[in-house]
Amino acid sequence: MQDVTTNAHTPNIVAFCCNWCSYAGADLAGSSRLSYPANVKIIRVPCSCRVNPMFVLKAFQRGADGVILCGCHPGDCHYVTGNYYTRRRMALLFSFLNYLGIEKERTRVEWVSAAEGARFSAVMNDFVKTVAALGENKRLTDLRCKEDPENA
Amino acid sequence: MRDVEQKMKERAAELLRSGEAARVVGWKKGEFYFDPSPATFETEEELGEFVYNGFCGSNLSKYLIAVSKKPGKTAIFLKPCDTYSFNELVKEHRVAREKVYVIGIECQGKLDIDKIRAKGVTGVMEAEEAGDKVEVTSLYGKTSIAREEILLEKCLCCKGKKHMVADETIILHEMPETKNNRFSGVEKLERMTPDERFAFWKAELSKCIRCNACRNVCPACSCVKCVFDNPASGIAAKANDTEFEEQMFHIIRAFHVAGRCTDCGECSRVCPQHIPLHLLNRKFIKDMDTLYGDFQAGETAEGKTPLTEYTEGDAEPGEAVKPEGQHA
Amino acid sequence: MQRIGVFICWCGSNIAATVDVEKVAEVIRSEPGVVYSANYQYMCSENGQQLIKNAIREHNLTAVVIGSCSPRMHEATFRKAAEAAGLNPYMVEIANIREHCSWIHKDREEATEKAVILVRTAIAKVNLDAPLQAGESPVVKRALVIGGGIAGIQAALDIAEAGFEVDIVEKNPTIGGRMAQLDKTFPTLDCSACILTPKMVDCAQNEKIDILSYSEVEEVKGFVGNFSVKIRKKARYVDETKCTGCKVCMEKCPSRKGLNEFNMNLNNRTAIYIPFAQAIPNVAVIDPEQCIKLKTGKCGICQKFCGVGAIDYTMKDEFIERQYGAIVVATGFRPIKLDNFNEYGYADNKDVITSLELERLMNAAGPTDGVLLRPSDGKHPKVITFIQCVGSRDTSGCGKPYCSKICCMYTAKHAMLIREKYPDTEVHVFYIDVRTPGKNYDEFYRRAVEQYGVDYIKGMVGKVYNENGTLMVQGSNLIDNTQVTIPSDLVVLATAIEPEPSVRRIATLLTASIDTNNFLTESHAKLRPVESPTAGVYLAGVCQGPKDIPETVSQASACAAKVIGLLVKDKLKTNPCIAHPDEMMCNGCSQCANVCAYGAITYVEKEFRLGGGKTEVRRVASVNPAVCQGCGACTVTCPSGAMDLSGFSSKQIMSEVEAICKM
Repeated sequence: MQDVTTNAHTPNIVAFCCNWCSYAGADLAGSSRLSYPANVKIIRVPCSCRVNPMFVLKAFQRGADGVILCGCHPGDCHYVTGNYYTRRRMALLFSFLNYLGIEKERTRVEWVSAAEGARFSAVMNDFVKTVAALGENKRLTDLRCKEDPENA
Repeated sequence: MRDVEQKMKERAAELLRSGEAARVVGWKKGEFYFDPSPATFETEEELGEFVYNGFCGSNLSKYLIAVSKKPGKTAIFLKPCDTYSFNELVKEHRVAREKVYVIGIECQGKLDIDKIRAKGVTGVMEAEEAGDKVEVTSLYGKTSIAREEILLEKCLCCKGKKHMVADETIILHEMPETKNNRFSGVEKLERMTPDERFAFWKAELSKCIRCNACRNVCPACSCVKCVFDNPASGIAAKANDTEFEEQMFHIIRAFHVAGRCTDCGECSRVCPQHIPLHLLNRKFIKDMDTLYGDFQAGETAEGKTPLTEYTEGDAEPGEAVKPEGQHA
Repeated sequence: MQRIGVFICWCGSNIAATVDVEKVAEVIRSEPGVVYSANYQYMCSENGQQLIKNAIREHNLTAVVIGSCSPRMHEATFRKAAEAAGLNPYMVEIANIREHCSWIHKDREEATEKAVILVRTAIAKVNLDAPLQAGESPVVKRALVIGGGIAGIQAALDIAEAGFEVDIVEKNPTIGGRMAQLDKTFPTLDCSACILTPKMVDCAQNEKIDILSYSEVEEVKGFVGNFSVKIRKKARYVDETKCTGCKVCMEKCPSRKGLNEFNMNLNNRTAIYIPFAQAIPNVAVIDPEQCIKLKTGKCGICQKFCGVGAIDYTMKDEFIERQYGAIVVATGFRPIKLDNFNEYGYADNKDVITSLELERLMNAAGPTDGVLLRPSDGKHPKVITFIQCVGSRDTSGCGKPYCSKICCMYTAKHAMLIREKYPDTEVHVFYIDVRTPGKNYDEFYRRAVEQYGVDYIKGMVGKVYNENGTLMVQGSNLIDNTQVTIPSDLVVLATAIEPEPSVRRIATLLTASIDTNNFLTESHAKLRPVESPTAGVYLAGVCQGPKDIPETVSQASACAAKVIGLLVKDKLKTNPCIAHPDEMMCNGCSQCANVCAYGAITYVEKEFRLGGGKTEVRRVASVNPAVCQGCGACTVTCPSGAMDLSGFSSKQIMSEVEAICKM
């Protein structure tokens, strides 16, 4: 938390977490009282492979400053192979966004198991710090949404 | 090329006459010599309009989705690069192989009318290949231009002169190869800073008028209903209200065709705003080749794509994006 | 628009200390769709649940959001409560304001603000929830066991004991597997055959068990509760129903040069043979590669001498198709090939043998009738050196990275048995570590060292070479830090074990996942160790990981318990949070099936109305609700967005994203 208070901009982070590993890892971080900034909000998905690039883009469009996907470690997917597809999809998507000039630090994939509460917290702290340093996401924000929040 | 056209016409007539094909997909005369348009011929009489010349750059394979559903067999003329798209359509069950008779045709590389005009040649009435030159006849006389200077962008990075699939071929002359580094444009962008890249793409994509020409021509964009037309998708939009939507449309479109795009170059060719859309698709192709091994969509009509495959040791998304100045 | 009730839990002070629960309930009350909002000390308590149930009835709620602990904790509880009040259980969403909020934030204002956003996000999702019904699928009350070793035998016996029919498919002519080849078993040293053969006989005699020996699984279709399996019965050339096992054919067969697989190729057998005396079924089989009649058409002696006319040279492979509710994979193991280990001289020296070969040399039914004679000259070996970890714990790539687990114990057993039977024999054991966890295991190893005087040398062997007929074992003694060379008469390699290679094909047929070492993957390493991630498929024995007989038998019985638990059900409830295609948008492109780990997606040709009296036949995806596990991999692969996931629809996730990003 303290890490980011120095920066004027508080980034808005969307975290997609797989139900079986990372979401449980976040639960463990909670029960272990391992803090991370409140601007990280978690969306539960059955598997990281449920995350469509469209969701990532939507988040940026609506003003997210960073998007992180968390799944089971490769080889440990609850659905056997789901995270392998996630890995390829996101590797290509992130490289592509970088190619369009969107700062690559705004996107991340991390593998966090249900047992890695401490890691979950550390990953989120680090990601928030990284994104905070970049400042506000302007390149993929839909300005319309910001001007009239009621319309969003 | 005239002899090729003559041969094609004869063959089309034979197929229609014998009933082997109920229709033939090819090109017919446009308003001008340089704008032949795709057409379906069902009778020998209709073949009077049939043309095949240096401006027949369009990829006909996508028309098969609709046309081949009709009763009887459909014959189609495909250039070597078009056969990749055909294979993809067969692979995705959009076209039934047994309903189509593929005639692989000769291709000397197709010409870009804008490039010819840029050379100050207007009123083009004919263009005949002659070795590495093209003899252009215009209203104002004859000009000889170096072939490579007036080829379509897609023909500068020709995938080769081999048909991936064909029931027969019509090849009367040797076909010259054009061997350019098709990733040079992508590499140039990769060498820029993110700010420069963003500025480049912002300038390019803001030209987009969402006419959907790229989508309509793309053989990989063959969805019954496009996700952008589907209100349930959450991203449906008819026109671009914002800069973001241009990006969204082109990012999602490039992602959806990744692993399925044969790099046929039709998107760039038809874009009325001249947005270099092929640079989007080629980035995916280049990354997939680098990260997962060389892959050419449409080489065969079966198998998986890099996005429906994996290995246990694949690169992590963080590693896949290389630092500035380095090629991914 | 839904009529939503929001219930904010204090969780005592767990939430309420950091989150202003009353404020959250208050702020949320004005959200569109919310018609009721409450907060309570413990929502999960009896009273809390009653509060929810009452509100559902009194306010005609169509959807419920609970702001509480993690859904992994109490989602099921709240769904049940909602169901009891007449609401579809899938119309309940949880906002995790404890683990993901109150417990990790200290600032009350900040935590309250986040809690509001999390509840709003849940409201956005619940607004798009649709009532879901768990489907049902019937259960075929019959199990298939693939592999007739001790794992398969135990599983089959236990399943049959519970009254269910079970088939054992064994690729060899007899059941019994590796255990049948062993001489004695650790740590009690009882004779392997003496404890195994009664179980084999039980299988043969049990009315519920059908042994399909000399058979292989060809094709598997279907899903949990309803597998359809095609089995190839390989041509035996001997009528199983007629053969009496009299062995006259074996006495008369002129082709006697076949390698005896059962004896690890240490001696020969005839072309027509019964693998071993206690084989089940006790029926001969002809090796078509070796039989003179089958190869040249001339001979036919066995047919002439067979008193019951059981021999049929025209026999062909037969295919049978059966339905099963559950499948147990028990395909077992084999010792690895030693091609990569030239340093031990296995290929060049007859007296360098594997441990499994030693088992046969010590077995009374083996090639030496149980007298320990070395293969080269048939003499009693006076000095025997054992080398452990041959190919196990090997990170060089030549062997296997894992510990084969059984070698330490069987080497101690071998050393002990040799010292017991031939006290004048000198026994050395080279080891890296001796690993003996298990009941009475370390005691057993200590007996070998202390009571039987086996010489254990900590160190690796560099090479084994032949010097004038003596095997020189050159290695290091790490305790003394010396190089040692032990002239030996016999060298025994504790060879690593690997899954029987045919398991790879079986895994593909079953869409069961397999790791880089060819071990089948269990559903959860700790909590679901005998279930494959593919529903209805269970794993027993070494196919899942190296293990000894007691562990194998325990696992087999655990599998049986799981199978019985499945087969007693008449119908299975299926998870309704699964993928479903919008047929109007589906292109039938097959991309989704390409990423489905469960084979849940097939394609059907369907006729669609186009309007104006016209119709069109299109190929569209069809998801089997009993097989789909709801991961969503297909939804992202689908370019048209035709494939969606109930409970986690694209629109729902998009609306969650919007709710979070709204500022």
